[in-house]
Parts: sequence; structure tokens; C-alpha cells
Amino acid sequence: MTVTDKGAAPEAQPPNPAQAFAPPPAHEAPPAPDLPARPRRGTPWLLTAGLAVLLVLLTLASAGLGAYEISPGDVLGSIAHRVGLGDGELARVPESVLWNVRFPRIVLALLVGASLGCAGALMQGVFGNPLAEPGVIGVSSGAAVGAVASISLGLNFLGTWTIPAFAFVTGLGTVLLVYAMSRSGGRTEVVTLILTGIAVNAFTGALIGLFIFFADTAAVNQITFWQLGSLSQATWPKVLAVLPCAAVGLAVAPLYARKLDLLALGERPARHLGVDVERLRIVLVLVIALLTAAAVSVSGIIGFVGLVVPHLLRMAAGPGHRFLLPGSALGGAVVLLAGDLAARTVAEPAELPLGVLTALFGSPFFFWLLRRTRRRQGGWA
Amino acid sequence: MKRLRLIGTRPTPPGPVHPGDVLAEAEGLHVRLGAREVLSGVDVTARAGEVLALVGPNGAGKSTLLGALAADLPAAEGVVRVHGRPASDWSAPELALRRAVLPQSAALSFPFAVEEVVRMGRAPWAGRPEEDEDDAAVAEAMAATEVTDFAARPFSALSGGERARVALARVLAQRTRLLLLDEPTAALDLRHQELVLRVCRERARAGDAVVVVLHDLGLAAAYAHRVVILSAGRAVADGPPAEIFTDRLLSDVYRQPVEVFPHPRTGAVLVAPVRGS
Repeated sequence: MTVTDKGAAPEAQPPNPAQAFAPPPAHEAPPAPDLPARPRRGTPWLLTAGLAVLLVLLTLASAGLGAYEISPGDVLGSIAHRVGLGDGELARVPESVLWNVRFPRIVLALLVGASLGCAGALMQGVFGNPLAEPGVIGVSSGAAVGAVASISLGLNFLGTWTIPAFAFVTGLGTVLLVYAMSRSGGRTEVVTLILTGIAVNAFTGALIGLFIFFADTAAVNQITFWQLGSLSQATWPKVLAVLPCAAVGLAVAPLYARKLDLLALGERPARHLGVDVERLRIVLVLVIALLTAAAVSVSGIIGFVGLVVPHLLRMAAGPGHRFLLPGSALGGAVVLLAGDLAARTVAEPAELPLGVLTALFGSPFFFWLLRRTRRRQGGWA
Repeated sequence: MKRLRLIGTRPTPPGPVHPGDVLAEAEGLHVRLGAREVLSGVDVTARAGEVLALVGPNGAGKSTLLGALAADLPAAEGVVRVHGRPASDWSAPELALRRAVLPQSAALSFPFAVEEVVRMGRAPWAGRPEEDEDDAAVAEAMAATEVTDFAARPFSALSGGERARVALARVLAQRTRLLLLDEPTAALDLRHQELVLRVCRERARAGDAVVVVLHDLGLAAAYAHRVVILSAGRAVADGPPAEIFTDRLLSDVYRQPVEVFPHPRTGAVLVAPVRGS
């Protein structure tokens, strides 16, 4: 070694055992100056409480409203009866409407909404880009290819889980593809991401078209309706079909909140802070695929929920993922439940496809977001 | 220890460090980026208690050397040791308890508040006894870099120089014994350049090893205990600035006539380019 050490460390202290054995640097910690209060500390709790209340109210409204009206009191009574409290059992017809039509639909809306919201927040975190969303970058349509394939080919060797399983596999493939194609030098530029999304959407659209071309009439009808994005075919078996995907995804996502925060610094700095970035990426891409598959396999492509919900929450409560991930799940559930309620009551007795409704409100928001991002960056880098 | 980690125990905490201990070293280090050999046979040692400056012209391999010491870049030949063990033998969480790295440019995908960014530096200590120091470490780091005043502002609303100081505060809050700083003074005004290097010096006095990439030879001469001059992927000099900063060597390395002379009053080493009269 070429070290000439005589000038080195003139200020190093003589070995001081007390200091040497303190593993973290033994700084003489000055009295900590008071930090200014963080302004957003209470907001997450308020928002969570507000969303939860909204969710309960919307659930009651959704259960009661529709072609056959049931009063909130009757709804609560029937629920109490089913869990063994009181005897508020309704007549045969309302009881059947409630438990065979409305409730499966509500539960499905909650699952799909929560999955979409959470998948959006996760995806934005993993890509480090606020415009990433399963619908925008083509992951939803990727998952749709699998779903359409299984409908069109009449496959059902996994029972009700066939469609979700197919959607998961092709959705996963699509996330991996988009991820690999849209990243360069450890980051994702907006333009690359959106263009990749266009390419992926075009390709998956063609694949879906091919499957429709080869499908028989019944399957074509089923696919077309499903593609518009609707929850009208909700049944308990369908709820059970998506429940595993959604539950696993929603349970795992919050465990990675802190690491996602660190990932906002960039891949290398995150690694410097002890994050195993490769592993984090693999796990989260799997979770995104699970959540997207859960949502897409029952309700077709419902866009923009994963874009709008995390974005609004981030503006209200800051970008920390510890709130953002569960908050987006909750917010997504609220939005989808409200959307579905509107879809089936606004044009009664006809029913608007839910995907059409969310796209109607979501696309202008996306447009505004694009403009704002562009303004902030001073053009597309 | 390695075996324990494989069966899923927590990362081993760093052991005690004594002044003069070698916390990072490269031996016969070659690093290739693509087909290009950026470092060809570099030896360098960072010891607890000293500030080591890496200087040299653009493209000499300063950042690459820092990246190799940070275990970001693999050694094509030779070896890099961090806290006495080959860098590649440590896991990411273990390294995070031993060294902190300041990247050349600070970016952030989402508008976290300044204090939240600094607090990210405490992430490696989560779930350990040292977690109790979080608040103190964050407050101290923010005070040292003079960013306390905008603790609540979003990072994205700051100027370049302010961002650079926040990034440094995050690195200081990590409280590791080895600090690797890539051009911490690049975006800073005169006052804050001095401030940052004083902080480096203080950390060295507290027994840490500080490796800092610098462009300003005057700053290196004033604050570094030892300087390594890199040129075209090799270390051409290594020693106290007063000994190795000579007109001839610097003029050669930078391909620009340079004068080294003592300050008329204090005798401190000054470096200035020779300009046409």
C-alpha cells in the first residue's frame, strides 16, 4: 500500500474504550433541537375514519337501493339475524334479493375496488412514477387476455378459479414485460412508460380480438359484456374465486410499505439503506399481478381507479406508503362501491357498464395529471 | 456469522471501531463498466478518524472507486473490503449498518417532506435498540446541515443546494462508522461547502472514516487528512495534501498549469490554476 500515514488522522482521539465499544458512532448528541410539528400527522387517521364511515353508509345504501327497495333498518335486521342476533329475518323475496343478489355484488365491488386501488399505489411505488396504473400501462388488458382465452376456449379445469388463474399468469407476464421494457438506468421515464402501455394495449387488444374471432356466439357475448367492466354477474362463487388472490395481495402489500418509501430515493440509495431491491421488486410485481388478476377476472377492465385514488390520497396525506397502501385499498373500495351503485341506479331499469363509468370520470383526471406532470418537469425528459 | 444469516437471523450489528482501524479498502482493484476498464489496479485505504479525499480530473474514476467501496460495483479483479470483510460477503442490511453513501445527485419520486427524507436514513436501525436514537439522530443531522428550518417542506420544492444538504442529512442520520460522499459540495454555495467539510472533519474526529469525492483542490487541501489523486483509472499519489500537492503533479494530472503555494498569512496550502496574463 502506498499509504503515507504520518499525516493521517491528526485529530483522531486516543483510543478511548468507552467510545470504542459503542457500535453506533458515539456522537456527543447535543440536545435535540425541537422539530417543527409535522402538519400531516393526524390526516391519515381522519381520512381512514372518514373513508370507513363512507364505506359503511355506501354498503347500506347499495344493499337497500335498486329495483327492489329495502330499508336500511331491514338490511341491518337481516344481517343481525344471520349472525344470530335478534330475529329480523325478512320475507322470502327481500331476503333472497339481499343475500343472493345485492350482498355478493357489494362484496365483489369491495374486493375489486380494494385490489385496484392497492395495485395502483403499489405500481406507482415500484415504478417510481405517479402515472403508473394497471389500466394505463396495459397490465389489466394483459390479465384480460388470459381471462378471455379461458372463456373463449371453454377451459374450466380449475373450476371457478380457472379465469383468475389465467388472468394472473398473463397479467404477471405483462407486468414483467412492461417493467423490463420501460426502465432504463434504474428509473422509468413517463414517456417510455406511456408508450410501452400503448404498445402493450395494442398487442393485447389484438390477442383479445383473435380469441373473440375464434369463439362461439355465447362466448362472444360473455366476453363482450365482461370487457365493458361490470359487476352485474356477481355471485358468491365468483366472490370465492377472487377472494384468495385479493386477500393475499392486500395482506402482503402493507408489509412492504417502508421499503417502498425508501425506493422513492432511487434503487441505489434504497440498497444503501439495506433494502434488497431485487427481492422487493419480485415480490411486489407478484402482488400487483395477483391484485390485478383478482379485479380483472370478475369485472373486466375497470380503469383509472388505481390512478385516481392513490393520487388524491397522496395529495391529502402525503406520499408515505404506510398509509397510502391500506388507504388506497379502502378508497378504491369506496369509489368502486359508489360507482357500481351509480351504474345500476342512474339509468334504471337499464344498467351502465361500470368500466364505462369509471373511464368517463377517470380519463379527464388522467389528462389533468399528464398536464401537471409535464408542467412540473418542464417537458418530457 | 454468515451461516446464521442464511437461516434467517437478523443482520449482525457492527462491532466496535477504534481510531486508525481500516473501515474500507481496495487492493489492486480493477472495475469494468461494459467493455471499458474504469479502474486499473487501485489501492486505497479509509481509516477510522480521518477524512480521505478522492480528487482527479473528470472521468478519472473517482465516483467509480466510491461506488466500488460502497459495494455498488463489483470488482473485476482485486478485492474491496468493508469493515474487514470482502464487500460482496455482506448482505444489503448488514452493509447499511456499516456504511452510508451520498449519491452524486439526489432524486425523489414522490414529494416526501424534508424531515421524512432525513428519517429514511434511520431505516436500517428499525427494530434494533438503536431505534431509540432516531429522533436525536434526525434532529442532529438536520441541525448540522442547516436544514431544520424547512423540515416540513416537500423535498421537491427545494433548490438544488438545499436538496443536496437534505440528502447529506439523511446520510448523517444513518450514523454509520463509514461515510462515502460523492461530491457533497457540488451544488453548494461557499458557506455551505465549508459547513459540509467541517461536518466531515467532525465525524472523523468522532472516530468515523470519511471518504469524499471533491473537485475543489483548495477544499481538499484544507480539510482532508489524506488525499488520493486519481488519473485515468490509477491512483497516482496518496498522502497528506501538503506533501503530494505539487505544481508538477497537479499540472500533469489536470493537463492545466497549476500553482501550489502557501497562504501568505496562515501558511495553509492553496491551489490555483495559472492563467494567461
